[in-house]
Amino acid sequence: MTDKKMVETLIYTKSESLTELGTHYCPGCTHGISHRLIAEVIDEMGVREDTIGIAPVGCAVFAYDYFNMDFAEAAHGRAPAMATGLKRVNPDKIVFTYQGDGDLASIGAAEIMHTAGRGENITVIFINNAIYGMTGGQMAPTTLPGQKTTSTPLGRDIEMHGFPMRMCEILSQLDGASYVVRRSLHNVANIRKAKKAIRQAFEVQRQGLGFSMVELLSSCPTNWGMTADEALKWVGESMVEAYPLGDYKVSPEIKGMKKGGGG
Amino acid sequence: MAKELLKGNHAFAEAAIRAGCEAYFGYPITPQTEALEHMSKRMPELGRVFLQAESEVAAINMVYGAACAGVRVMSSSSSPGVSLMMEGLSYIAGSELPVVLVDIMRGGPGLGNIAPSQGDYNQIVKGGGHGDYRPIVLAPASVQEFIDLTVEAFDLAEKYRCIVIILADGSLGQMMEPAELPEMREVRRFEERPPWSLSGAKGRTPNVISSFYLDPLNEEEVNRRLMAKQAEIEANEIRFRELMLDDAEIAVVAFGTSGRIAQSAIKNAREEGIRVGLLRPISLYPFPYERIRQLGDNVKEILVVEMNSGQMLGDVRIGIEGRIPISFYGRQGGVVPMPDEVLEEIQKVNSRSSAS
Amino acid sequence: MAKGRIVVKEMYCKGCELCTSVCPQDLIHMALDQLTPKGYHPAELVDPDGECTGCAICAVICPDSAITVYRMVPEDKVKTTTA
Repeated sequence: MTDKKMVETLIYTKSESLTELGTHYCPGCTHGISHRLIAEVIDEMGVREDTIGIAPVGCAVFAYDYFNMDFAEAAHGRAPAMATGLKRVNPDKIVFTYQGDGDLASIGAAEIMHTAGRGENITVIFINNAIYGMTGGQMAPTTLPGQKTTSTPLGRDIEMHGFPMRMCEILSQLDGASYVVRRSLHNVANIRKAKKAIRQAFEVQRQGLGFSMVELLSSCPTNWGMTADEALKWVGESMVEAYPLGDYKVSPEIKGMKKGGGG
Repeated sequence: MAKELLKGNHAFAEAAIRAGCEAYFGYPITPQTEALEHMSKRMPELGRVFLQAESEVAAINMVYGAACAGVRVMSSSSSPGVSLMMEGLSYIAGSELPVVLVDIMRGGPGLGNIAPSQGDYNQIVKGGGHGDYRPIVLAPASVQEFIDLTVEAFDLAEKYRCIVIILADGSLGQMMEPAELPEMREVRRFEERPPWSLSGAKGRTPNVISSFYLDPLNEEEVNRRLMAKQAEIEANEIRFRELMLDDAEIAVVAFGTSGRIAQSAIKNAREEGIRVGLLRPISLYPFPYERIRQLGDNVKEILVVEMNSGQMLGDVRIGIEGRIPISFYGRQGGVVPMPDEVLEEIQKVNSRSSAS
Repeated sequence: MAKGRIVVKEMYCKGCELCTSVCPQDLIHMALDQLTPKGYHPAELVDPDGECTGCAICAVICPDSAITVYRMVPEDKVKTTTA
């Protein structure tokens, strides 16, 4: 041991890109983690004053109250179209949408497809928790086969409701999409990987390289009827199996891109 | 500027550009597609934004996004496409954003056809989307008026931070007439964008644009603000044209293309010695109720002519308050009435009111 | 071992217990004798022997940014980061 003088140092505190307001999310809901990661990336890139967010309809409808930056509230599923309009007249700003699975993969399926197809230079944070949270736990387009929800009380029957939509796999087929990856928030190691992907997605936009999306496998303890801890375990087991983690599309320009600070 | 021969759809698109429109988002639909095509060429030439969206739903939400940035933005469509835009329009109304939309009406309901109609009156004039709001609605009757109202629409939208819809029909979109375009206005500089706009919260507290008010008391406050704005619009923005009403015993009330057709019929009726005049509302919201009310004191009977089954008719009845008879002549489904048909109706009304 | 401590902001803590499950030293427990303004039992650091290393793993999993982390650092290496 050296006898260097030790001083108590602040290691971690709430991000400046978040407001002081406490969120309305249920205890253990990973929306809070996603918000935090986005906010920390924006802090680290120093772009808070140049960033405009678009909130969805769904549990994250109040995101504009929690992020400390310019924000707009979209109609259900239309955030990518709104972001397109905003970005086209504000090409120098960072524009991101924050969307749930019902918003992005169901009612907004057309908007996300064409925004990705156009290679719109925006970033999409896609929260996949396999359920409609805000309306009280109904089937989502990403609900797993057999999963019980308040609108599939006997479990999702694929004969009746069809199969879950794997959005990363679908969007990665579009030439316009530049960076499409799936991460999970079920434990600390994966949360750290998720943050790196979010950083990379925002860097892709900052460098004008086109459409970026990070899908985050997330939990909904309340509507799944689990504790926060059990819910994360279910994400790690069942959801990761149904929605494999990975980089589904990383365009050659991005591979050649200089690594960002957090990338 | 000199007059040139202009097609309605090209004319309003070019007028919007000259009014400083910075972004246009749309989707092809007959009979307004020439406007989108005009924009697709002219906007990029001028370094402005044109984007063909994947649907009218997306187009209006792109308009919503660009309006959040405080730029002059518009879309145009035709009846079925405008129906798809109603969700976005309601959000734009709730967020109090200035937006201009042109509806080149066609026959309906459903897919209908591509012929001129006025069947969207109720939908557009009474609000259209969900919730309590009214857009300003302006109805031109000539290419020149189309141009002038388009320019005015941008000013009104910004003055009241509201939606302004120009309600025209397929014949106005397709017809060619000599008309004069305004001088070119440059787009607003970034620094000149309004203080409420989303431009990045540099050195200020963040701006939020939303139509979401979970507490009904807050939502009621928003509704009351919209109502107050509407009262101001109703006090200041009523527009109409009238013709030969001074000594008239019969007043024809008709808007847009119907008004233009009625005008020909009235001239012919006058030649037959029938004392008939025309009131052509230009602002359908705010509606000229007061002028209609006065007509109730001055004429014996009203004839409403529309290219629908009697939609503005309801507003005329409100203005007349049951004091004098109102008859209606309409053609539907994309059929445009001929001046002779309207003349015949005027003659019928005349023989009835002379007999009484 | 590095010395550290955490402060749980009761305004934000919702008692979800995720931090208690990830603490490598098992030093975070629910304060069952306390209630936050929102009515949750908050998490608290129970560290009589000074075992907290300030690793910030609890802050990484906390959905509510309720945890502030401090660590004793050599004077020449002071740098505030986010987790």
